[in-house]
Amino acid sequence: MAKRIDVSGLSAYYGSHKAIDDISMTVEPRSVTAFIGPSGCGKSTFLRTLNRMHEVTPGGRVEGKVLLDDENLYGAGVDPVAVRRTVGMVFQRPNPFPTMSIFDNVAAGLRLNGSYRKSALNDIVEKSLRGANLWNEVKDRLNKPGSGLSGGQQQRLCIARAIAVEPDVLLMDEPCSALDPISTLAIEDLVGELKERFTIVIVTHNMQQAARVSDRTAFFNLAAVGKPGKLIEIDETERIFSNPSVQATEDYISGRFG
Amino acid sequence: MASTTQQIQTPPGRRFRPRSTGRAGDRIFLGLSRGSGILLLVIMASIAVFLSYRAAIAISKDEGNFLTTFDWNPAGDPPVFGIAVLLFGTVVSSVIAMVIAVPVAVGIALFISHYAPRKLAGAIAYVIDLLAAVPSIVYGIWGALVLVPYLEGLNLWLDQFFGWTYVFEKTEIGVARSLFTVGILLAVMILPIVTSVSREVFLQVPRMNEEAALALGATRWEVIRLSVLPFGRSGVISASMLGLGRALGETMAVATVLSPNFLISLHVLNPGGGTFAQNIAAKFGEADAFGRDALIASGLVLFVLTLLVNGAARLIIARRKEYSGANA
Repeated sequence: MAKRIDVSGLSAYYGSHKAIDDISMTVEPRSVTAFIGPSGCGKSTFLRTLNRMHEVTPGGRVEGKVLLDDENLYGAGVDPVAVRRTVGMVFQRPNPFPTMSIFDNVAAGLRLNGSYRKSALNDIVEKSLRGANLWNEVKDRLNKPGSGLSGGQQQRLCIARAIAVEPDVLLMDEPCSALDPISTLAIEDLVGELKERFTIVIVTHNMQQAARVSDRTAFFNLAAVGKPGKLIEIDETERIFSNPSVQATEDYISGRFG
Repeated sequence: MASTTQQIQTPPGRRFRPRSTGRAGDRIFLGLSRGSGILLLVIMASIAVFLSYRAAIAISKDEGNFLTTFDWNPAGDPPVFGIAVLLFGTVVSSVIAMVIAVPVAVGIALFISHYAPRKLAGAIAYVIDLLAAVPSIVYGIWGALVLVPYLEGLNLWLDQFFGWTYVFEKTEIGVARSLFTVGILLAVMILPIVTSVSREVFLQVPRMNEEAALALGATRWEVIRLSVLPFGRSGVISASMLGLGRALGETMAVATVLSPNFLISLHVLNPGGGTFAQNIAAKFGEADAFGRDALIASGLVLFVLTLLVNGAARLIIARRKEYSGANA
């Protein structure tokens, strides 16, 4: 079930290059937290440290602590595979398994976790597709390949796949950047519904989107190209967009960069 | 194509005619590439015509049934020869080679692409590619001098514990100059091509497909099962077909290792049997004109067999197209 994320003193590296520097923040359960900031400021990198996906990149390395409720994801003996089973992720570009049917895509995570009876699997797949607002569009073609859907449908299929395993946290890395405005709206509505059940963190380049969907917003920035990204501030979304406490945040959201 | 382009040229009097198709470089390149395409077709057609013509001469005088006769005696009176044993031996030895080589090659390719540290991966890939550079006669000598004596122990073991399968029952005494040994040797020979093509395909799996599996909490093997193997499937089939093509046509290595006879036996450990290419290599030198035509007729069958194998591979790949990684 939805859990609180508590990050303290977290830095991430690509080889010898420090990508993000000393980030600490708290993400409340059953809320949407948006990460905004210019390209290269490390918000996606930071997101990927929250489910230990960063270290999959060659040379990727992390220092610091991420507590999920009270358990340190980077503690000794913690299996990154187990972490990723409780912290789900949706990517920038929809990435359903191209060789699998719609049904198998949603069931993929469940099948990794254990064996289910056919009827139980059917129920969870339906529930997840309903949860992703996709059920009505695909219920007659569950055995067709997932790659035959439109981009927006594919992204909702990926969301259904991620929520089917009932993760504690759902990370979304610019989930709408490859989608048209109508599909974007569908995903945004969905995010609003999903926060009843999950802790959601969403990276976005679209500030209107951050304002629309999130409860809290974190602004990241970097001093210069090649310098590590830093967390400038995190606050209630309303406050960030109306009266941020740091000048750099105001400059960024009002379009005066740097 | 060029003629249609010319028909829709701008009407006379216009100042700016499309000139791109008229430039010398374009013309030369068009000529060269079109010429190469036509040349390929001409070569293929002339091989087919040559084989068919000479084969027809031989088959029309064959007093046995060309497809079912267990003998090769075109010089006899009457001439009797058939390809049954050669077809059987070619298919059986190639199947043995595929059964051994494809899983090993896929395993090596996965190790290089997804498990090994980068430096080690490069070294292994290099060594595997080096295997492809060994001439086939060298494989043949190695097979005859090393593989054959060493396999005798394995043959005894297989006969003792798996003799009940019939296939591994050894009913004849003799050194291991059998279709089974040929199959193992062919497996080593096709390993590099199957490995390197599979490795290339596995390396092309889109990062986002693998991350999809990783983010669901897949272990490394599960990532391979969910993302890499489905994506690489058609590539592995193509790689296997390239390997099979080499195994079907391999000549010198087989001729050096096998002790041929004209019997069909599913006891693959027994010495004997024959393949198309081996039979041609063994008999071509001593054959008279008619004997050569007979051998060419057997070559035609090998040609058709290879075509069928390739066609089947294409069918398999096409049937899975809807689900292939290509439309992701």
